[in-house]
Amino acid sequence: MSLEPTPGGPGPQWPRAQLHVVSGKGGTGKSTVAAALALALASTGKDVLLCEVEGRQGIARMFDVEPLPYEERRIARGLPVGSVAPGAVHALHIDAESALLDYLAMYYKLGRAGKALDRFGVIDFATTIAPGVRDVLLTGKVYEAVLRNARNKQARAYDAVVLDAPPTGRISQFLNVNGELAGLAKVGPIKSQADKVMTLFRSPRTVVHLVTVLEEMPVQETADGIAQLRDAGLPVGGVIVNLVRPRDLGKEDLRAARKGSLDRERVMADLQAAKIDVTHELVGALLVEARDHAERRALEDAQRTIVRGLGRPTYELPRLTDGVDLGGLYELAARLKDQGLA
Amino acid sequence: MTNSSGSSSTPHRTRPRVGPLAATTERAPRLDIDALLDSRSTGIIVCCGSGGVGKTTTSAALALRAAERGRKVVVLTIDPARRLAQSLGIETLDNTPRPVPGVGAGAGGTLDAMMLDMKRTFDEVVLSQATEEKARAILENPFYIALSSSFSGTQEYMAMEKLGQIHTEAQRDGTYDLIVVDTPPSRSALDFLDAPERLSSFLDGRFIRLLLAPARGPARLMTAGLGLVTSALTKILGAQVLRDMQTFVAAFDTLFGGFRQRAQKTFSLLQANGTAFVVIAAPEPDALREAAYFVERLTEDEMPLAGLIINRASPGIGADLSAEEATAAADRLNANAPDSTTAGLLRLHADRARIVMREKHLRERWATAHPDVASAVVPALSTDVHDLAGLRRVGDLLAGG
Repeated sequence: MSLEPTPGGPGPQWPRAQLHVVSGKGGTGKSTVAAALALALASTGKDVLLCEVEGRQGIARMFDVEPLPYEERRIARGLPVGSVAPGAVHALHIDAESALLDYLAMYYKLGRAGKALDRFGVIDFATTIAPGVRDVLLTGKVYEAVLRNARNKQARAYDAVVLDAPPTGRISQFLNVNGELAGLAKVGPIKSQADKVMTLFRSPRTVVHLVTVLEEMPVQETADGIAQLRDAGLPVGGVIVNLVRPRDLGKEDLRAARKGSLDRERVMADLQAAKIDVTHELVGALLVEARDHAERRALEDAQRTIVRGLGRPTYELPRLTDGVDLGGLYELAARLKDQGLA
Repeated sequence: MTNSSGSSSTPHRTRPRVGPLAATTERAPRLDIDALLDSRSTGIIVCCGSGGVGKTTTSAALALRAAERGRKVVVLTIDPARRLAQSLGIETLDNTPRPVPGVGAGAGGTLDAMMLDMKRTFDEVVLSQATEEKARAILENPFYIALSSSFSGTQEYMAMEKLGQIHTEAQRDGTYDLIVVDTPPSRSALDFLDAPERLSSFLDGRFIRLLLAPARGPARLMTAGLGLVTSALTKILGAQVLRDMQTFVAAFDTLFGGFRQRAQKTFSLLQANGTAFVVIAAPEPDALREAAYFVERLTEDEMPLAGLIINRASPGIGADLSAEEATAAADRLNANAPDSTTAGLLRLHADRARIVMREKHLRERWATAHPDVASAVVPALSTDVHDLAGLRRVGDLLAGG
């Protein structure tokens, strides 16, 4: 299985990024890509924090560890590459309730009042009912992890933070929620906090990568997502094309397979030479499978052209036939690193 | 979150759970789509599932098939792809069901489609429930504007609200005998089921009463705890935000009663026999895990589950040759000819065979854990669906054709 070179190229292309936000349409594998990116960054010697905010415990499943608490846990190391000592990957499962209490304790020293708020149902209100507040809390914690401050003295500092973010359809709204809130609250401490978060998200220290597959709807959604991010003043990173089909047939063969003009006799002879019990049905079935594959490859190529036309650096990851396990994540991480995403 | 149905007084229907040992070889029952669509007792079909599994397309395909089999159908979609929306004739968001052009009327059925506009639905509710003066105060409040237009979570409330509205109108005017609902791609898949419960707990919450207290005058709630909370909130939010919030909640107070009532009515509607939930998944571990969660949650809330649809299944293999044999043969060919076309064909076959095996395994494991859930498997199409012809093809595949 080989991948054509992509315009990415060697060497990290996002040297200034401290926060990599990874989004994508549902089903495109954005969590897998976020995890692989965290491993890839760690393989360049960085200490990385991988955050998830959607309550799915996807990180724990992918890395095969116990479900994560609201606490930074070390879950893996990057691959040693040459003389570079690999960094560690820590993971954090951010839930809104804990983030709120954390926030209150850190910024307002609200020990007792925090409990009173809880008793009055304010915590519940703020995190589940008051729409939007949840996103403010989640992004607030991410901000805190990127720019560790003096209030949180024991905290570990990271070279990079990777956020497994909500899907493309919601990403601008999610990252921009502090902008919305800052509009609501015209003065006061929450306003200045929200402004600080937006300053980070809109700065070159943040990049938002979008994951897609080579199908019409996800590619369209990626194009829309890029436009929305730009409108919101959020920095667009690369486009990661995931689940790319194997490329075992060359261009000529693909064309022949589509036209049904692959050399049947030759295939038959080859199969015999390879010591397979050849029947006409077997050859026929292989040729049908080849045509089917060639048609899908043609559709992929058409979508690939559109992706290239989006004007963002692109990176490609193969579809792993047996699904993604920890070994698979390292394989994908190596490919991202080779293409310069990390 | 416990029993969100709020129906803890009624005894729970207990579904006998058959343990895995009882169903090792038996295949799961097949979901008979046409029987479901044709049954006049099916009044509402709710399609749920995680993002990216083809919920919107499936909803539209079910609705079209039902209409062409003689039902009077309306499909409520959330966020269709642009070209699908165009072919359904609903590219403009006007929150009103519109007839879909080109639907076969031979069997006497009709199909309308509607795309949900959550802000508009919200505004309509406010306008219909409050006096003009009060409605204006709400519509202009910055909290309301943010809540109704841009914050997440509102979509689920509004999908429930719109479903209730359409159902009431359909009952009254006889416009539709089947409503097909596509659910929002929520962070938590069942957010829409939790909407009524959330509204209730919001209303009954001490926090709301606390916010309302100053507006209602008497300071009898003024306990030490309250003082602490108010000062904490002022400290965090600033006095102006707190004031806007109080105004908003006060103005919304009466309205929420109506919301709650209707949301609970919709919830019981979903539990009723005329409703059928269809859980949609893809043959991937994550999507199937979500599907299992849906099935369990629906059962827990006594929601009528019709079955599981597994979309995007890989096409089967035609050649009787194992992945291992094919790979070994390809290696032998490549040893002499690195560019061998036949080796390429064999590797493609091996890849496909492995994926087919993996998906089969996943489906079987799922069926073993949920032996009483009927299922239908739909093979992946090589192109996206964006016209009625495509939806018909999906409909045929759904029905096992």
